[in-house]
Amino acid sequence: MTDPNRRNPISHLTDRRAKASISRVVRKVEFPLKAAETPEGETPLPSNVGSNYQTDWARRYASRVTRRLALATLGKGVISYYANPTIRGLDRLHDLEGPAIFAANHQSHADTLLMLTSMPAPWKHKAFVGAAADYFFGNRVTGAISALFIGAIPIERTAINRNTIEKAVDLLRNGWSMVIYPEGGRSPDGWGQEFRPGAAFLAKQAGVPVVPVHIRGTFDILRKGRNWPKKSKATVNFGRPLEFAEEDNNRRFTRKLQLAVESLADETATGNWFASRQRAHSDESPGLGGPDAAAWRRRWTLTHQEDNRSQGQRRWPYV
Amino acid sequence: MPARQGLVLEVDRTTPPIVFHHGEGFRFEKLPSGSRVIYPNEPIEPIEDVDGAIRNALANPLGDSPPLEALLSPGMKLTIAFDDISLPLPQMQAPDIRGRIIEHVLDIAASAGVDDVHLIAALALHRRMTESELRHAVGDRVYDAFAPNGQLYNFDAEDPDGLTHLGETDHGEEVVISKRAVESDLIIYVNINLVSMDGGHKSVATGLSGYTALRHHHNVETMRRSKSFMDQEKSELHTKNWRQGRLIRDAGVKIFQIETTLNNDTFPEPWDFLQKREWEMNAKERLFLLGTKKFLDKVPRKSARTIFQGIRAPYGLTSIQAGEVEAVHEVTTANVYRQHLVRVEGQTDILSMGLPYLGPYNVNSIMNPVLVACLGLGYFFNLYKGKPLVREGGVVIMSHPTPWEFHPVHHPSYIDFFEEVLADSTDPEVIEHKYEKRYAEDEWYRHLYRTSYAYHGVHPFYMWYWCSHALEHVAQVIVVGGEQRAVKRMGFRSATTMRDALEMATDVVGRDPTLTHIHNPPVLMADVV
Repeated sequence: MTDPNRRNPISHLTDRRAKASISRVVRKVEFPLKAAETPEGETPLPSNVGSNYQTDWARRYASRVTRRLALATLGKGVISYYANPTIRGLDRLHDLEGPAIFAANHQSHADTLLMLTSMPAPWKHKAFVGAAADYFFGNRVTGAISALFIGAIPIERTAINRNTIEKAVDLLRNGWSMVIYPEGGRSPDGWGQEFRPGAAFLAKQAGVPVVPVHIRGTFDILRKGRNWPKKSKATVNFGRPLEFAEEDNNRRFTRKLQLAVESLADETATGNWFASRQRAHSDESPGLGGPDAAAWRRRWTLTHQEDNRSQGQRRWPYV
Repeated sequence: MPARQGLVLEVDRTTPPIVFHHGEGFRFEKLPSGSRVIYPNEPIEPIEDVDGAIRNALANPLGDSPPLEALLSPGMKLTIAFDDISLPLPQMQAPDIRGRIIEHVLDIAASAGVDDVHLIAALALHRRMTESELRHAVGDRVYDAFAPNGQLYNFDAEDPDGLTHLGETDHGEEVVISKRAVESDLIIYVNINLVSMDGGHKSVATGLSGYTALRHHHNVETMRRSKSFMDQEKSELHTKNWRQGRLIRDAGVKIFQIETTLNNDTFPEPWDFLQKREWEMNAKERLFLLGTKKFLDKVPRKSARTIFQGIRAPYGLTSIQAGEVEAVHEVTTANVYRQHLVRVEGQTDILSMGLPYLGPYNVNSIMNPVLVACLGLGYFFNLYKGKPLVREGGVVIMSHPTPWEFHPVHHPSYIDFFEEVLADSTDPEVIEHKYEKRYAEDEWYRHLYRTSYAYHGVHPFYMWYWCSHALEHVAQVIVVGGEQRAVKRMGFRSATTMRDALEMATDVVGRDPTLTHIHNPPVLMADVV
């Protein structure tokens, strides 16, 4: 008979065998199946991951066909299931010709897939994404997946890397369009962040227009800190393309871009385009940054704007 | 390659069969040697920077009008009126030019702090536009911003509280327009000028008006004296509209007119072969034409109609001008003529035309027999400058299936007009005096016009009056492939084939007549010298 007073043994104090796991097996793999570490004191060869990762192969014909098929089937299916997006403002791109930079606010990893499936043809078929070199190209496997399936190129978030900028400008000049998130990373709390001047710089260098895009509703799908997606209704609103004018500089153009995205955000939130234009003209557009308040209040305010409450029937609480 | 001018082709034995539009289908007709076929001009190059052109037009208006920005101020009452579903034909591919212009106008209004804005679809006595039609015309953004608050709506010409009587012209024509428009500090009218009859003072004086005012020019006498109503210098309709428009202006109603012209790039792929000359169609297009014809001959008419009504034209903007009504319209008309006018020498004994599936009054609807007559004898016949293409006492041959079929929601009064009025008489004058007033003031038609999607009770009369110049001018009208019963009801003759029709025509115009065919659409206007 078991003793009811007996306590469960504490695992690390007992001599039980650990469970087998994939990570344990991977860790046990040795050279030559695994690359050997550079001996101490020796200079390692230049890294080919991070911002040095070469992505030219991902723009060859076979890769493009693979990417197009994957996005049209799996990508579209996944995004329809999780985000069921409403796409607005495509008519504003009616006169757009040639490559462009699509600059959107960034809330979630789902944004890239959403953008690549929502952008109209022909831009979506010849698009690349500026992706954080340290995150997406940290190793060869994630680098290859990012380059193949979302057409990513590595972009340094913290420092200016001449090679990556030259690469992006080169691609833009050769007819490729770029998806970029001028905030530099996903939103930590659902509200937007100040835009950085990367998009403006690239637009000036490559001489291409920038399309402001506002994405709403993806924060809950795959927000920062979440590893598994959740369903949430999304809206993508495309704005009128902005040209880098003679009187612009990077800062002024970035401000213009941010104001355009803020106006789109206002338009999506209120559903009243005219009122949003009135607020934009009188500098009263609610910004992307949200209220200057404690974190919980910022989050609290955001929940009032969400329209993705559960559609399922609530069960009556039988007692 | 620059757009080529239209062409008058003399048919010889090497000329291929000509493609005739035939409702929701086509016919291939081998025309006798010596006949002429008039082909339209090719689509002229559209403006590339449409937004830039709109901005430029609003900032640099014509006539004595200040720029739009200077006309807008906080606290003012602004009314934006725009052309309804009858323009352009077919509907243009999104984004519609009206919506693009309205967005620019509203953006300027927003920057000027204007709050009180109403948008009105200038229907006159046409049917109300549905939500999806309004969305297509003005765009989703504008619709969502104004319609839910009741600030975007269809004009109601029978609203007893919604109209203002402004007075009478020196010729006794009453002028009645929308009360909201009269009370506004500024009316901005956004027009699409598809043919030379559109636009100018007609936009507000007709579009925002009702039966009381329209009856002064939508009548048999005016139509018979308009030779043609597409030629402004010889159009009585134009003259009367202008008199009414000037009275509106003199009454202190401020109008900022925005007019646009489109090229005649009418058919999108894969239908673009329809705007090619027969001998320039490649093998693929010929195969597609043949396959389409066979397919359309087999499918039910309803399915064919669905296919055709889904066509959206890839029109390109050829000009936009804004400002004072008359100064604007002068430039607009020149641009319409630039696209449409084809020089033709001399008249003909027989004029033939292939009538397509669409006219101004059956968008998303059915082309009933009255509308068939109106399209052929009203619109196509009147698309001339100088002299009619067909000589007085000549014959018009139209090709259309002309089914005895009516859209019960859109055209309820047409059904009764066809059953009751045309059964009694086809003489426009008799009809006008005996029946018009009763139909125009019928409470049931009025109710359907105001609350459903019906054309006004008097509308079929106007369609018949539209034909009155042609009916007076020609000796006989023959409809090839038309349903005999329906054709007979209208006082026309039906023929099974073109050859039969020509044979029948010789009874009127003699054994050796001349024949001219207008290859329309895309739209052309004959400059007959």
